[in-house]
Amino acid sequence: MDLLEFQGKQFFAKFGIPVSDGEATTDVDEAVAIADKVGYPVVVKAQVHTGGRGKAGGVKLAANAEEARTHASNILGLDIKGHIVKTIWVEHASDIAEEYYASFTLDRSAKLHLGMLSAEGGVEIETVAEENPDAIAKIHVDPVAGLTEESCRAWVEAAKLNPQATDGAVDILMKLYTAYVDGDADLVEINPLILKPTGEVHALDAKVSLDANAIYEHPEYEQYDATQPRDDREEAANEKGLQYVGLDGSVGVIANGAGLAMSTVDVVNQVGGSPANFLDIGGGANADVMAGALEVINNDPAVKSIFINIFGGITRGEEVANGIIEAMGRVQIDSPIVIRLDGTNAVEGREILQPHLDEKLQMQETMLDAARTAVELAKV
Amino acid sequence: MSIFIDENTKVIYQGLTGSQGRYYGLLNKEYGTQVVAGTNPKKAGTDVEGIPIYATVAEAKEATGATASCIFIPAPGVRGAVLEAAEAGLELVVAITEGVPAHDEAYFFNKLKQDFPNTRVLGPNCPGLISPGKSNIGITAGHIAKEGGPVGIVSRSGTLTYQALYELKQKDIGVTTCVGIGGDPVPGTSFIDCLEAFEADPDTKAVMMIGEIGGSAEEEAAEFIKNKMTKPVASYIAGVTAPPGKKMGHAGAIVSGGKGTAKAKMEALADAGVQVGENPTEAGELMAKIVASL
Repeated sequence: MDLLEFQGKQFFAKFGIPVSDGEATTDVDEAVAIADKVGYPVVVKAQVHTGGRGKAGGVKLAANAEEARTHASNILGLDIKGHIVKTIWVEHASDIAEEYYASFTLDRSAKLHLGMLSAEGGVEIETVAEENPDAIAKIHVDPVAGLTEESCRAWVEAAKLNPQATDGAVDILMKLYTAYVDGDADLVEINPLILKPTGEVHALDAKVSLDANAIYEHPEYEQYDATQPRDDREEAANEKGLQYVGLDGSVGVIANGAGLAMSTVDVVNQVGGSPANFLDIGGGANADVMAGALEVINNDPAVKSIFINIFGGITRGEEVANGIIEAMGRVQIDSPIVIRLDGTNAVEGREILQPHLDEKLQMQETMLDAARTAVELAKV
Repeated sequence: MSIFIDENTKVIYQGLTGSQGRYYGLLNKEYGTQVVAGTNPKKAGTDVEGIPIYATVAEAKEATGATASCIFIPAPGVRGAVLEAAEAGLELVVAITEGVPAHDEAYFFNKLKQDFPNTRVLGPNCPGLISPGKSNIGITAGHIAKEGGPVGIVSRSGTLTYQALYELKQKDIGVTTCVGIGGDPVPGTSFIDCLEAFEADPDTKAVMMIGEIGGSAEEEAAEFIKNKMTKPVASYIAGVTAPPGKKMGHAGAIVSGGKGTAKAKMEALADAGVQVGENPTEAGELMAKIVASL
């Protein structure tokens, strides 16, 4: 779950990391009131799940109430790379002496946590990594031992920040590690982490991605679900508890298991088609789940044909076939469907489907043939 | 021979009294797996269809001589369950449960590496492993696999593993062991662990490896195959056309920052001499050709 900047800042603040005084709002008048409260100059920042906000005009400095009003009304409703700004964050503007970069994430290859710190902040870290890799100080942290203050200090020194920033940086990084571990985050990133002319170190931005699997330990994370970037199709699928990712094509895809669903998307592409989505209905394929999946796909106006790709493992072919027939009885489907049913008791399953086959419901024995048929039907 | 398990492996089911644990535990037993005990501190002294329930893994191990366990308990309890099994001295812990937080996985992976190096974890979020005709631990449908050899399978995806087993069976090709390592960010057992074991197993003559987008485990496996393996490998990578930045079902399956693409993985494998199929069917056919030429 990716947090918006203001959610990330509130998350950081809970762990004692210094962030700018500010508030989020969806309303212009309220934005001005917040600006009055936190004190000018203020920064008005678009809250969207994408980078490049500054370039798109989504981050503006305001010296007074009039400017704050103008910027707030311009930014609210702005389209940034397809993301419409619904919320803005207004904070007191900070004086900046230097800009750094700091983050923690999991190094899947080393199977350890990885901290990255750079004196070259404020720009994309990927760019720094490419152009000047030595400017990034890295530290591997053993999840069992955790991060000690001693190793943290050595890491900060290796990053060659302004010596004035050392104590403040160590303090923030220790807290950032705690936030990363105790908050069950996949990523915590501060870019820029700033040194103020007065010598304080401060988190000027916040990028936080939380592990949705840990929600049971943090019930308050439920609130972030509502602000996840999803299109209407993904929203509908999410409400039904389906693993769905929207794509741009015309062949609706339903498969059981993440790997098979990914593979189905691949095969549709390989035979010259274009998938409308990735949809994993899980290990089984009962009528309820199948009906929900068909409904979501049927509501997508771009879909011209539907490819149901099921491999029966523990779930038997006849159960799958009955589920499909029952689901089709419940949902009025507009597009033709192609089914490939294989695995356990596939023969019995196919026999059940046989009497229902017509132009709107076709069957193919192999994944490739079924993909070809679905792609042909999508072109009609 | 098989890797990691055989017909003599005695297994404790942590969570045998739950609905999933009971269903698959009994199914595994019916297949021939030595399901010798279950654990549940609240139900110690009872039994599930004659399988005795103990309060702890240590007691179950003491009473039965088991060397492996299979975990079917809900995600919040998995970290504790893995550590309990390791502390009891089990050699193999198969964690089927999905939805385990990545921080828990990173913690117990390193804890075991440091304090219990003789315990191997498989998973979490994996289908388990099967040595056809000998033992089946987890949720694989046993009858879709042909026993014997000469192929070993290692896979990150559940349904694609079944697909591979099934396609090989259709071609009358047997499998020594099929290991599902799972699609999570910190799998207890890696591709390389399995490739190493298959390389050492005299009955395994060729290996089928099924990967997917995300991380760099396939690239690392390719490096291992290039330098250390003598046996032929066929492979398939799912997610060739997956868009960057979108998780495709598995927690680990995401292309981010230009890394973890299927293309890079396929190229690394091809460079290591692996026969790479464009889709599961093609990978199956490539494996059939390899087997025919053995």
